[in-house]
Amino acid sequence: MTLSPSVPSRQKPFILALIGLGLVLPFAVYPVFLMKGLCFGLFAAAFNLLLGYVGLLSFGHAMFFGWSAYLTAYAAKEWGLTPEIAILLGVALATVLGAVVGWLAIRRQGIYFAMITLALAQLGFFVAVQAPMTHGEDGIQGVPRGHLFGLFDLSDTMTMYYFVLAVFVASLLFLHRVVNSPFGQVLKAIRDNEPRAVSLGYEVGRYKLIAFVLSSAFAGLAGSLKSLVFQLASLADVSWHMSGEVVLMTLLGGVGTVLGPMVGAFLVVAIQDFFAGIGSWVIIIQGVIFVVCVLLFRSGMIGVLAPWLKRRGITG
Amino acid sequence: MGDEFIVETRSLTKEFKGFVAVSDVNLRVRRHTIHALIGPNGAGKTTCFNLVTKFLTPTKGQILFNGTDITHTQPAAIARHGMVRSFQISAVFGHLTVLENVRVALQRKQGKSFQFWRSGECLNELNTRAEELIEAVGVAEYRDTPAGELSYGRKRALEIATTLALDPEMLLLDEPMAGMGAEDVRRTADLIRRVSANRTILMVEHNLSVVADLSDTITVLKLGRVLAEGSYAEISDNPEVVEAYMGSGHGAAGHG
Repeated sequence: MTLSPSVPSRQKPFILALIGLGLVLPFAVYPVFLMKGLCFGLFAAAFNLLLGYVGLLSFGHAMFFGWSAYLTAYAAKEWGLTPEIAILLGVALATVLGAVVGWLAIRRQGIYFAMITLALAQLGFFVAVQAPMTHGEDGIQGVPRGHLFGLFDLSDTMTMYYFVLAVFVASLLFLHRVVNSPFGQVLKAIRDNEPRAVSLGYEVGRYKLIAFVLSSAFAGLAGSLKSLVFQLASLADVSWHMSGEVVLMTLLGGVGTVLGPMVGAFLVVAIQDFFAGIGSWVIIIQGVIFVVCVLLFRSGMIGVLAPWLKRRGITG
Repeated sequence: MGDEFIVETRSLTKEFKGFVAVSDVNLRVRRHTIHALIGPNGAGKTTCFNLVTKFLTPTKGQILFNGTDITHTQPAAIARHGMVRSFQISAVFGHLTVLENVRVALQRKQGKSFQFWRSGECLNELNTRAEELIEAVGVAEYRDTPAGELSYGRKRALEIATTLALDPEMLLLDEPMAGMGAEDVRRTADLIRRVSANRTILMVEHNLSVVADLSDTITVLKLGRVLAEGSYAEISDNPEVVEAYMGSGHGAAGHG
């Protein structure tokens, strides 16, 4: 995929440098850790499309992430489908779920919107606990990564890594494009002043719904990838903790920025891995960091860095 | 109703849980005039305004626009029929630049607003028209400034430019002068007079000198009902209107 023309020319070297970094990093850092960061970075970027550009706080995104992971895992393991088909099925499920949940939730605003998405996601969690296909507490384990397009053996960690990286980069460029498209302009207008957008003749509900469906589709893509990377789809993916975690990642990194959610996701994943030895204290540390961030830099890491980056013409 | 009146309400009534905000209002706005809606606080001006623009649904009554019943039409659809409203507090898109604010209004007619896969470059073809509009209201030098950073008066000017971008047949202005200094009031009044050519304007306004200066017709509301209607000279001679504004037995409404 070529860089979209909406990326100003001065951003291109920066983006290419980041991609270059992504290419060489697995030689220095444990690739599974990087893949985890990329999956959650994609999840947070999808979530950010809603929170950062439409101003909608969904508290149910684990539903799309988790159920997509389940279906991909099931399709790869039980039906023996190739990874690309399994992923597409997962994304399709997340898209359909997103359309239904979005259609119900966008009628309300603010906290009511968040509560409706949470309630529906909890329904999804309940089904996951009860349904035989998810294997309850055990989850779907030992998911085969398979051969991509029947050619590339994804059981090789490096091959898997480059596949995840490619999907991640393409998705982020696409989301960047959406945000800067004519559609994205209307989304930002709705975020800034919804009644005014209505008075200019925009049916805001439709725009919100499309944004919601796009967001849930990419959340699903992240979940599908994650289930192949860890060869596991479990209740943790579909629980409300996961919905909360993506909020945390996005806010830490910087809501409404393209880089922010990715930075936030890597930060949270790094904290979890680094402090894994001390058990549940990780949550305390995460909480402290979150409080400090909220107090010191409200607009998140990238939000604080943005003026500096902007002077260099890097972020728009 | 023919061509004479662009907007007509019939027995328009709005109740909020037992409280009647607007009661049996028959309003007729003549085409190509400036029509003002005035009245003391709580008279139902803004409610009336929100009913006409469909931001509220009437409890009873009918609203006609160009002879078509719009009582059950969605607010966004009203705008597409050529009736665009402004808001009491300045309504700009704070994180978009001045140019982008106007462009958002222009781009709807381009028909690409659902195309999330298309590059934003295609919006640049609207720049010339957008620049003309921000020039016309005097905010051209802030072209690339986020609208949230403008002064209050300039936000209002930008808002008018955004509204004009839709080239509406009818403008509804909700207290266009609210919170403005004398300098901004004069500039905005000039602007309103300029844009009223070939358009119809219905406005709610507290500043009586502006109302006297601009309006062809004035409707006075009190406690949700129409108290009087006519030219400024007519209504300022009306003892009921004087009483509503001043309390009984004091001065005339013709001040300010």
